Amino acid sequence: MQSPSSAESVLVPEAAPSHRHISRWNSEAFHAYVFMLPAILGILIFTLGPVIASLFLSFTEYNIITDPEWIGIANYTTLFQEPLFWQALRVSAIYSVVSVPLNLGFALALAVLLNHKMRGMTFFRSVYYLPTVISGVGVAMLWRWLFNAEFGAINVLLSNVGIQGPAWLLDENWALSALIITSMWSVGGTTLIFLAGLQGIPEELYEAAEIDGAGRWTQFRSITLPLLSTVTFFNLVLGIIGALQVFTDAFVITRGGPNQATLFLAVYLYQHAFLYLNMGYASAIAWFMFVLVMLLTLMVFRSSPLWVFYETGRKGN
Amino acid sequence: MATRNTALPFWRTRRGQDRLATAAIFTTLCIGGTVVLLPFFWMLSTALKRADQVYLSPPVWVPIPPEVINFWTALTRVPFHIYALNTTIIVVLVMIGTLLSCSFAAYGFARMNAPGRDFIFMLVLGTLMLPGAVTLVPTYLMFNSVGWVNTFLPLIVPSFFGSAFNIFLLRQFYLTLPVELEDAAKIDGANPYRIWWSIMLPLSQPVLATVGVFTFVGTYNDFFTPLIYLADESKYTIAVALSYFQGSPRIGPQMHLLMAAVTVSILPPLILFLAAQRYFVRGIVMSGIKG
Repeated sequence: MQSPSSAESVLVPEAAPSHRHISRWNSEAFHAYVFMLPAILGILIFTLGPVIASLFLSFTEYNIITDPEWIGIANYTTLFQEPLFWQALRVSAIYSVVSVPLNLGFALALAVLLNHKMRGMTFFRSVYYLPTVISGVGVAMLWRWLFNAEFGAINVLLSNVGIQGPAWLLDENWALSALIITSMWSVGGTTLIFLAGLQGIPEELYEAAEIDGAGRWTQFRSITLPLLSTVTFFNLVLGIIGALQVFTDAFVITRGGPNQATLFLAVYLYQHAFLYLNMGYASAIAWFMFVLVMLLTLMVFRSSPLWVFYETGRKGN
Repeated sequence: MATRNTALPFWRTRRGQDRLATAAIFTTLCIGGTVVLLPFFWMLSTALKRADQVYLSPPVWVPIPPEVINFWTALTRVPFHIYALNTTIIVVLVMIGTLLSCSFAAYGFARMNAPGRDFIFMLVLGTLMLPGAVTLVPTYLMFNSVGWVNTFLPLIVPSFFGSAFNIFLLRQFYLTLPVELEDAAKIDGANPYRIWWSIMLPLSQPVLATVGVFTFVGTYNDFFTPLIYLADESKYTIAVALSYFQGSPRIGPQMHLLMAAVTVSILPPLILFLAAQRYFVRGIVMSGIKG
């Protein structure tokens, strides 16, 4: 390197940057870890650590006051013998099976309507999205009042068209349906995700199909649905994860009742963790939910080659 | 309805079909929109009724004169200003924490090379799939053991450690920015933190606004976290306080006061939504890209 030959001296200016490049790479890696540090710590402290800890706790009996006591798989055997757990599982399953497809179908239909080129569409989009922004306890209490058997707006309107409405939240056969209707009201978030997907579909495809004489329904089936399937997939996965964790509505509107008709898994978990302080048993419920969500997500992923359409040359995630 | 230049009747022509479709869609959206807005109307209507008008059949849809005083009554029977102050403290700090930590991490994931970076990023995204219930009990026990239960800390501190979806959103944005911007700063001797703070943050204002509005709405509406961590009434957020109103003898049985309180409680997200709609829509468009 110290050779004074002209050939070498030409190389020197190249060698120097490459040396600097290496040291910069090292310091870049250092800085990269500094940048990622909050996120890494966040995962370790608030996700990975607790996930492992809750697995451990699910094999113990723990009431916060005395130390956790190892009891093996007793929590899980109790879980599967406990009628209330089966009831919670049944409620969550019915809710998911009904509300997830219903919400997806409804959101998709609404998105197609909202994608029509028309004046004033921005206004409609805002109106339908509004319930997603204004959610939570206040709205849950509002629904409680809407579903009031005698004086609530829903039964009043039903009686105006000659229908005697059910007692909704007081009737164990109708309470879950009331919560499903409530969930339909906030369909705007899913709708706008579909809408964004619809707007990504090239207009020319529809024009070409029209020239070929394809009707609206054929266009929808052979262009819209396949090209939207990645978005449907995304919404389906998030919908399942969300449906299995419903808490606020069930807790505020019905408190799990009447007669446990709306005892969702998350409410059952809450009762054991924070009312009875059965932290070990609650962890077993949590891990059961975790495995259930993982299995369902895995099933959706596995089924995706059958119905999710990826453009060739572009890898979807 | 002219059928000029064609043998087809107007409704069979292309323009006619378009008009018909538009009319049908408009009508459907109007009916659906009424259904969506009806609960809000019912809330406001109840909030403005006299006590003796609430439980009537058939109901009073538009109370005249409106009892505007209900809002005052509902808000002064409980220390509402304290709940509002608690909520403000929590929401503001969570927003600061989220914006800082997420943009900081996102910049690292988008621009800095290091072994294992993509693996760590996949881990971050993986947390999106995790049901919150799994981490709930140990997280509660952890905060309990350091004596943070019944303080705001369990609600605020986690936000300073990033959250997957926001990191993802910001990273996608940073990836679209031209590298030349940073190269110029590097030549001037700026370190990466300086570049993040003085170049990337100002450039990413629109995305930060999107993350900000979603964080605001999410934190403001959050019920579960404050419910399990805050025990004293003096520490309640609006959401938790509201949930106790229905059982409280001061407000609970009086539906008009309860609905007045609910109306006030939805105002902050409502105003934010009306003022910053485009940021909400942008966030959804960006999340749609992910699919």
